[in-house]
Amino acid sequence: MRIALFATCIGETLFPEACRATVEILERLGHEVVFPEAQTCCGQMHLNSGYADEAARLGRRFVRIFGDYEAVVSPSSSCVGTVREQYGLENVLELSELLVHRLGIEDVGAAFAGRVTYHSTCHSLRLTRVGNAPVRLLGNVRGLELVELPRADECCGFGGTFSIKNADTSSAMLADKCAAVESTGAAVCTALDGSCLLQIGGGLSRRGSAVRALHLAEILAST
Amino acid sequence: MTAFPEAARVELANGGLRANLLNATDTIRAKRARVVAEAPDWEELREAGKAIKDDVLTRLDEYLLEFEAAVQAAGGRVHWARDAAEANAVVVEVARSHGVDEVVKVKSLTTDEIELNDALAAAGIHALETDFAELILQLDHDRPSHILVPAIHRNRAEIRDLFARTIAPGIASDDPHDLAEASRLYLRERFLAARVGVSGANFGVAETGSVCVVESEGNGRMCTTLPNVLVTVLGVEKLLPRFADLEVFLQLLPRSSTGERMNPYTSIWTGVSDGDGPQELHVVLLDNGRTRALADDVGRQALRCIRCSACLNVCPVYTRTGGHAYGSVYPGPIGAILTPQLRGDESTSSLPFASSLCGACYEVCPVKIDIPRVLLHLRAKATKPAAERTLMGGVGWVFGGPRRLALAQRLARSVLRRGTVHRLPPPLSAWTRTRDLKGPPREDFRSWWRSRA
Repeated sequence: MRIALFATCIGETLFPEACRATVEILERLGHEVVFPEAQTCCGQMHLNSGYADEAARLGRRFVRIFGDYEAVVSPSSSCVGTVREQYGLENVLELSELLVHRLGIEDVGAAFAGRVTYHSTCHSLRLTRVGNAPVRLLGNVRGLELVELPRADECCGFGGTFSIKNADTSSAMLADKCAAVESTGAAVCTALDGSCLLQIGGGLSRRGSAVRALHLAEILAST
Repeated sequence: MTAFPEAARVELANGGLRANLLNATDTIRAKRARVVAEAPDWEELREAGKAIKDDVLTRLDEYLLEFEAAVQAAGGRVHWARDAAEANAVVVEVARSHGVDEVVKVKSLTTDEIELNDALAAAGIHALETDFAELILQLDHDRPSHILVPAIHRNRAEIRDLFARTIAPGIASDDPHDLAEASRLYLRERFLAARVGVSGANFGVAETGSVCVVESEGNGRMCTTLPNVLVTVLGVEKLLPRFADLEVFLQLLPRSSTGERMNPYTSIWTGVSDGDGPQELHVVLLDNGRTRALADDVGRQALRCIRCSACLNVCPVYTRTGGHAYGSVYPGPIGAILTPQLRGDESTSSLPFASSLCGACYEVCPVKIDIPRVLLHLRAKATKPAAERTLMGGVGWVFGGPRRLALAQRLARSVLRRGTVHRLPPPLSAWTRTRDLKGPPREDFRSWWRSRA
């Protein structure tokens, strides 16, 4: 299948590894990945911060660029949720969703040694509704021991500009999330969204924690 | 009122509060999940609840007149109150006309919203709160912090000490049974002596003129049956068209709020009955900003709220900050969308931003209020600080095309060190106060993509 990659603004700026990994997984499975060079941002940040006009402009731009592809993949459930909910683009899928629900693949032939815990991000659960697709994929990674994260479905406190505007509340939520992650004894905390990993990874790093935050795509790309 | 971020900072510093809150909300959450899971038609019930409330809001003018006529036909009196001052004046006048210096009250958010107790106090009339938690708060001059469990931020030992100082000198036990008994002994005499009762209402039925209050302690039924005079303050959005509609809501409400299949006491009264219960009945229909919310296509769904508080218990913000940070009797996610609409002024503009948009509230709402959607709507309507507008305008420009984005990425790479960033200038310093930032990567994605071609 010919699949367009929507890297997302935060993805290509801060998580190019996750974008590269997404390309590598799909190419390894025999699909053609294209990257529409005109892409920037889906408008979620402006939409969620109350800048509806700006968001609508970016939304129209997004639809022009991605509207006609048979399938668009993105390593961010949050951005996928926005474009599906706000712009009605049903062709845009989050990576685990594309693999499990659309392509019917649960084993991508990955190998990753170590204990991993999975944080189910809010928008993957409640907006994109990926269900247990990520867990099924992780369950088939050779050498990987998946340990359950307590209160996995609770928000990490990122919330876009919420993390700046309500930094104290965001940090209190993060502290509880980091403590939950550390309680699992995992070496890696993974998730579908770079934004949440920015928050969790940033919190773990500040605590001097040994746990690394790693995007699901990077684990699935490992061999 | 204090803006949410500042108010929250104060509350977050109270470790005891956070522990009490997380503990209590975890318990209610688990109970709710259990009784919701056992209802096979839960999603249909939610849909029905939403549809009935939407019908009420669409034809509110007709239902209000139908309700008024039915109450009058059953021997009650109806008063229309545009705002808090008008509603309070009615209650004060009724109490005065009977020459009482005390009224007994059922737990009621609506009367808290209009600050009725203060208005009565100004007229020399004491409003005695008879709900256990409301009594605790009244004795300690504290404020509610939760819709259903107003004293959720207090623990047993604190309540024992308070009772020892006030209504039960010498009480040593903090056993719930003993604390309840102490309040029971204190309240019983007052119930028997009371001549005027005051309540809010969970529902008003347009078809019959009935008023419904659900509760757990039985104090409400004391207030609504023992005094000779009863005044009920009813928000106009609390109406249901038909008596049979209660069937839906008396399932949705207890399961969502207390996590029970059925609440212990359901009181429904219709007008005046000879020789039984209050012989003088008043209903005050309160607007106080509700018609302003009704006029907003997106925001009006907040008026579907049946005050169950399920959204508070699952909210990662509320369960950290507690209710006081919201500066309103309606805290949590529902408060963040209801308070700004009811007040309609700039003082509450920080509330719609007091959410990470995680969506947990929408998932549990028994009347399917799309709280995240209303939050976004209210955020778009809020006045933003000039500096923020400039910044967001700049970011929007950067997102206008890939060349601009690449330029911004190059700029970030030249300013920021590689590796981990520990400190950033304002406003991003708010991030680095508690979090590191993963530095920009050596090679950006587009360069890598082109290098493969």
